[in-house]
Amino acid sequence: MTQLEGYRDPEIARRLVAAIRSTVRDTLRVIEFCGGHTHAIMRFGLRDALAPSIEMLSGPGCPVCVTASSDIDQAVSLGSRPDVTLTTFGDLIRVPGSVESLQEARARGNDVRVVYSALDSLQFAREQPEREVVMLGIGFETTAPTVAAAVLQAQREGLRNWSVYSMHKLTAPAMRAILDAGEVAIDAVLGPGHVAAITGWKAWGFMPSEYGVSCTVAGFELNDILQALLLLARDAAAGVTRVSNSYGRGVTEEGNRTAQALMQQVFCRSEAAWRGLGVIPESGLAIAPAFADYDARQRFGLPALPEGPIDAEAQRGCRCGEVLRGIRLPEECPLFGRGCTPVHPVGPCMVSAEGSCAAHYRYRRVAG
Amino acid sequence: MCLAVPVRVEAINNGMGMVEFGGVRREVSLALTPEARAGDYVLIHTGYAISVLDAGEAEETLRLFDELTAAAEAEEAADQRPAGEGSTDNKVSAA
Ligand code: SF4
Repeated sequence: MTQLEGYRDPEIARRLVAAIRSTVRDTLRVIEFCGGHTHAIMRFGLRDALAPSIEMLSGPGCPVCVTASSDIDQAVSLGSRPDVTLTTFGDLIRVPGSVESLQEARARGNDVRVVYSALDSLQFAREQPEREVVMLGIGFETTAPTVAAAVLQAQREGLRNWSVYSMHKLTAPAMRAILDAGEVAIDAVLGPGHVAAITGWKAWGFMPSEYGVSCTVAGFELNDILQALLLLARDAAAGVTRVSNSYGRGVTEEGNRTAQALMQQVFCRSEAAWRGLGVIPESGLAIAPAFADYDARQRFGLPALPEGPIDAEAQRGCRCGEVLRGIRLPEECPLFGRGCTPVHPVGPCMVSAEGSCAAHYRYRRVAG
Repeated sequence: MCLAVPVRVEAINNGMGMVEFGGVRREVSLALTPEARAGDYVLIHTGYAISVLDAGEAEETLRLFDELTAAAEAEEAADQRPAGEGSTDNKVSAA
């Protein structure tokens, strides 16, 4: 917006940090679900700036990082068919499978294209009617509706050579899995702003009601994050447990009804395999039976839950699973910065800019 | 991955919005925000507008920053405590 400067103003940030420090008595342990927040928190140096008043833990909210290696393996083998063109969102191409990444498969000759939007994938299908174009759908509630809209558009146009291999996932089941496992103690949750733009902030009401933990949905600018943390600090100081909205300009209570309706029409809930978290019931979005023609799994006879390891990199000593569950910091992995760097990632958390390991690596180094 | 950026819709044609984004003019789909009008700010994610930004709320949050920090500063002044500063400032403002 026009007033973005205010959200980035370092003087306001300084005052917000001071306000947080004077509000928190002990230490407030806050988990940020979203990888976009992890990236911003590292980039702005907030972990250090807020310690020890606030201890930030990173959650599993990087769709690239939680994609199972068994799904990568299945995508690689699908892409090995001579008639198939795979289209994928950026970072997924570098995520290791148990044998190779999509990028390595491309170097071997598979046709893998990186797209910015599902719209670009549709365009490939229009331009190459003789090829089977498959969109590798990853992402949470933020992204799933865009792919749903593309499926409906393909149907309207009568496109016959385009389908989706859906690995879309839902955020709430992952958050529940982490809290139910009881491995990590948290006081509050920084809720994912762009997921909530779709679901509405009310959807995070289960945090206070089921887990007794406050959650505020936050934007991604420096002062968006600080303001949200101050609100959580004030709630804690006042003994209040509630869900709230710190991203008023982008998120409403009910969310985006149009997007919700498209998602419900095109997808149905399914079991899904998450790196680090295993198989979680009802946590994935499969293409609904009414759209079977656009479901790559149906079209190519692929199993919904592919066999094989969900986190093959664990055998190479990677601790991504624990990083994604918020119980280990990237720096605590013996491979961090040694065998594993953004250029040569061992695990998925080092691939995407929003992966915890990549964010820690990049900004720790810069900060010296 | 869930990043979405705010841009202004300049014109609308056939369900597509014309926006300027990183210095480049491009079309984005308004399929998820049929209520968007020319002149609105929207959040763009993977080629689709996912939310129409509320300008009133944006102003409101900025006002809130002042209010929140003013209260804390008054408290500090009363306490005569230094506001945990030091290296903190540099890192935050270096962003
Ligand atoms: S530093 Fe690399 S090997 Fe270690 S947990 Fe992160 S991604 Fe895995």
